[in-house]
Formats: sequence, C-alpha cells, structure tokens
Amino acid sequence: MSNIGSYEERYKTFKWKQSEEQLEYGKNGMYNIGYYCSDCICEKGNGKKLGLIWEGFTGEVKKFTYDDIRVHSNTIAKFLQDNGIGMGDRVCLFMDKVPELYIGFIGILKMGGIAQPLFSAFGEEALFTRLDDAQTKAIMVQKKHLPKVRRIKNKLPNLTKIIVIDADNTQPQVNEIHFCMEKTQRVDKFDIMKVGPEVPSVLHYTSGTTGKPKGAQHVHSSIIAQYITSKWVLDLRSDDIYWCTADPGWVTGTSYGIIGAWANGVTQVVLDAGFGTEKWYAFIQKYKVTMWYSAPTVIRLLMKEGLEVVKKYDLSSLRHLASVGEPLNAEAVIWSEKAFGKPFYDTYWQTETGAMVITNYPGMKIKPGSMGKPFPGIIATVLNTKTHEPITTPGVVGLIALKPGWPSMMRTYWNNKVTYDGKFKNGWYICGDRASIDNEGYFWFVGRDDDVINTAGHLVGPFEIESALLEHKAVAESAAVGKPDPVNMEVVKAFIALKPGFEQSDDMELDIMNFIRKKLSPLAMPQEIEFVPSLPKTRSGKIMRRLLRAKEWGEEIGDTSTLEND
Amino acid sequence: MSDDVKKMIIDYVKKEYLEEDSGVDVNENTKLISSGIVDSFSMVSLKMFLEKKFQVKIPDDKATPEAFDSVNNIINLLKDFTKS
Repeated sequence: MSNIGSYEERYKTFKWKQSEEQLEYGKNGMYNIGYYCSDCICEKGNGKKLGLIWEGFTGEVKKFTYDDIRVHSNTIAKFLQDNGIGMGDRVCLFMDKVPELYIGFIGILKMGGIAQPLFSAFGEEALFTRLDDAQTKAIMVQKKHLPKVRRIKNKLPNLTKIIVIDADNTQPQVNEIHFCMEKTQRVDKFDIMKVGPEVPSVLHYTSGTTGKPKGAQHVHSSIIAQYITSKWVLDLRSDDIYWCTADPGWVTGTSYGIIGAWANGVTQVVLDAGFGTEKWYAFIQKYKVTMWYSAPTVIRLLMKEGLEVVKKYDLSSLRHLASVGEPLNAEAVIWSEKAFGKPFYDTYWQTETGAMVITNYPGMKIKPGSMGKPFPGIIATVLNTKTHEPITTPGVVGLIALKPGWPSMMRTYWNNKVTYDGKFKNGWYICGDRASIDNEGYFWFVGRDDDVINTAGHLVGPFEIESALLEHKAVAESAAVGKPDPVNMEVVKAFIALKPGFEQSDDMELDIMNFIRKKLSPLAMPQEIEFVPSLPKTRSGKIMRRLLRAKEWGEEIGDTSTLEND
Repeated sequence: MSDDVKKMIIDYVKKEYLEEDSGVDVNENTKLISSGIVDSFSMVSLKMFLEKKFQVKIPDDKATPEAFDSVNNIINLLKDFTKS
C-alpha cells in the first residue's frame, strides 16, 4: 500500500492543514525549514540515523547522521552570524554536490538568511548577473570555483564575504575567509531563528524569454508542500535509501534533494560525479537504493546503453522510481518497466511552484506519456490562450494554469514584481506550458508557450545567450533557439551573422561555443551553430526567433506578415 | 600515439575546461567526466576539437562518457578512428 492510498479519495478530502499537522509545523512557534530538516528529526529519536551518505568521484565516502547534520548546520549558521550575516541576507552556495552544499543550505536557513544556490558550472557572467540582481552578501564556494568569483567580485559591492570551504594554506585575498566545516569547533546548541512562515527562505533563479534571469523567491512554509509531496508522490518511507540525482543548484535539488528528503527523515545518498551508465547502476547496487528520483535525460541515456548492461547489476532494491525536468516520453516509461520491473512516474512542476503540482502517483493507473493529475490541494486546468478561460472540452490544448495559494508557490520574483504580476490571468497562475486534459482528467504536455529552451530539464533563456553572443568579437547578430534532441529533448542552436572581416569556419564555431560555455554555462553553449548572412526580422527590426525555431522543429512557420523581407 | 598528442589534449583540457588558478591538475589518467571537469554538454565541444585536430569523425554512439573520461581513454578512442 502506498503512502497516498487512494488518489481520488485524497484529492476530495485533502487540506494543506493535514500536512502541517503531520509535520507538526509551527510547534513552539517554530516555522524554520532548517529546524524541520535536522533538529526536529533528532528530537524524534533519530539523531543516530544516517541522513546523508556522500560519495565523491574518486570513491571517497562520507557519512552524516541527522545529529551530524544538526551540529554541522549549527556550526555554519553561527559562523555566518559571527561574520555579520543577518536575517534576510542572501547567501549564495556555489559548489559541486559536496556535503557542505546540503548542510550549508540548512545552516543558512537556521540563521535566517536566504539561501541562493547556483549551479557550479555557471560561468562568470551568469554568476555575476544572479549575484548582482540578488545583492548577495556572502558566497560559500569551493576553491576550484573561486577564480570565477575573484574575477567579478570588484563589480559586486554588496558581496563582502567570500567563504572558501576547502581552502589550502594560501593567503586569503580581500573579503575572503577560510572555513572548514568538519574542522571548525562544533556548535552543539544554536538558537534557530524563529522566522514566520512567510519569511523568505530560498532564491532560485530561472530563465525567461526576455530580460535577465528572474529570482523566484520562496518562503519557509514551502516545506508544507515539499514534505507531503515527498511522502505521497515519492512515497518516501522511514527505511528508504533515497537518491535524488538533481543538483541543488536547481530547484529539484533543494526541494527534493534536501528539504523533502530530510523533513521526512530518510537516508539519502549523493553521488558527486558525472553521469556514467555502469557507475550509476553500481551506485544503486552498492547502497541498495530504494527510491530513485531522476530525469528523462538520464533515462534516455540509460536506454541508449540497452537492457544487457542492466542485467549485470542487482537493482532489486529499487521500490519506486520518479522523474522530473521535462516530459517523460511513453517509450521511456515502457522501457523502465522492462529494465527495472517498474515504471518511472513523471512529475510536473517548476522553479516557481516550489513543489510538484501535476504528477503520477503510486497506486494510480499510469498512462505512459501523461503528466498525471493535480496533486491534492492543487486546482489545475488549461486555459484558452486568448480568453484565459478554462477549457472544458477534453483533448483541446491550452495553457497550464493553477489556482494560487498552495504553500510552496513563489511569493515574488526578486526585484521584479511587474514580471511576477504578469504571470497571473483571470485569477490563475500561468505556468508557461501548453497541455491538454483527457476525459479522465489526465494532463498531456504539449510544449512551452514561449521561446525558453528546455535542455535536459533546465530552462535556458535565449535572450541571455544572444546577449552573450554579441560580446564575441566576430558576432554581428544572433538568435538562439531550441532544436530537437533525442536525449536532452532540446539543445541550444545559434544562428549567427558575422561582422565584416570575419569568416565562418570550424575554428570560429568552436571558439564561439567555448566562449558561451565559459561565460554562461555548458547548458547554454550552442551545440550547433549555423552561420547566416542575416537573420529574419520584423519591419520594426526585432529578430523573428519563432521562424527559426519552427524550421528546426519542422513546424508551420505561421504568420509572416510582419517579416521585413518577405 | 605520441606523447605530443597526449600533451596537446591535456593542454587543451586545461586551457578550455579549467580555471587557471583552480588548483586542479590534469594528467593522462585524470577523470574528466566523472570529476565534472568536462560535463556531458561540454563533451560536444571537446569532441569537435578532437575531430578537427585529428581529422576524424567520431560517431555519436562512440562518444560516450566512459570514452571521454580520461585523456588515455580519448587516445584509445582516437586510435580506432585513425587506423588506416
């Protein structure tokens, strides 16, 4: 029997209050996520239970009990306080998937700071944009990523504390502090900041079609949704060994790789290593992983390697599988049943929603390729694209929309209320994706409703790529679009017109690719560049990205009446 | 393949995928993909570099994370495509 039991029954009767009661949220006036992910578990008698088993790419293993997590996060919280970081200050976590990332996140929340995790592969410009927008006061960083911070720190007057978590004996530069979590005097008792449930907790940046990335600001009471969705969708149980493969630089890695996992008191395993089919199977076998939350891109990579390699490993510990990031195609669900004897359950949500909103549930019939149904407590529909009224006819495509008010919904975009307000129409929150609903209430994903590129489950903004491309000495104008990819769903393709005096070549293509990779991130790097004499524009001079994208997807080009040269 | 080839690939990886003063060293056995020095997206640019430099075409199904996980692995891969 699954934790959720009957989905239909839960959907009829569930109130968020029930999750609060199970979590004992608000007891003794405590609403801080940091408490519920560490001290609270220890108070329930599970201090000696392992909360984190971490393995690095060299095979090094570190284990942390819930009491270790409690004490180490206290230590980090006090260290931050002692260094002048206070309530509401933004503290960036910029590191690989090392223990300090997971425990540091809890430490920041415990002292009332706002955790701002950023993907460690971000280049200096992507990093600068996000730190500048958030007016980040401190950054916790690994030595290997420190050079990127050093190159931009002089342009960031608010960034006054650069905390290097694995420094060697070298002399720190201005504003740098060396800190070693495991060698610093352990802080057994720390007065966790008694924040209110609506106090900001986490700032995750996400990309849009236009403008700079936006910081989705979440609050401490998001844990109400993250806790219960982990329990009912991921079906987490006290004896689970849970592996969430997402990087906490992205929202899945914090909502379900930290908060949901630890609020439920499970043992989670983390592999800080790049993808490798056999390595990942061996990891599941070694730690007897029972619940695995991963991504369609990973599943498709595993599919490429075939079923024979699966048989080399004992994966019988796997009890439940789920996936997030982009639509899970029906073939992947069917393959998973062949490979592991059970399907991957697709889950749909986004940075802004903070937790799963439309998903498949253990015990509920899966329709391969479907997103599933709304989580209990979530009212979801699809809206007519013009009238923004709910579509009542099954199978008709519209905009996915949610009734605001669930606990983990972002409260605003940082410094950008206008864009936040623009996400609502007729009292609905518009997700920015298109789908249809069938006659049994299952949602079926169709695609994005804008030009944002979803590559391997990560959203990349074309504007950010195009702006960076223009900084390359040879680029006169450019457009970035998503092109279909069998593994990553989409990858970035750039159309580039070169300045006079520059000629297209393989060297030029590679140079531009590496330029973007280092400036923004590997995800933003065009996997293909097409050199063109000029780009299609409207009569007012705006590049018609839509045309280029349609060409890549083999779609109808649509209305070209505003095209400059038609 | 010669030591020059090995050095050329190591130098390229250092120049393109590592920060100058990151304190991370690379030799022919250093894990490139597992360690995160080169991620799956960046493999595309590394593959393109190798194809250009050695005038070969590496099929996508051979460009696996394992095949790119060290300079030695890459050299073994290249040997398959440079044999006459």
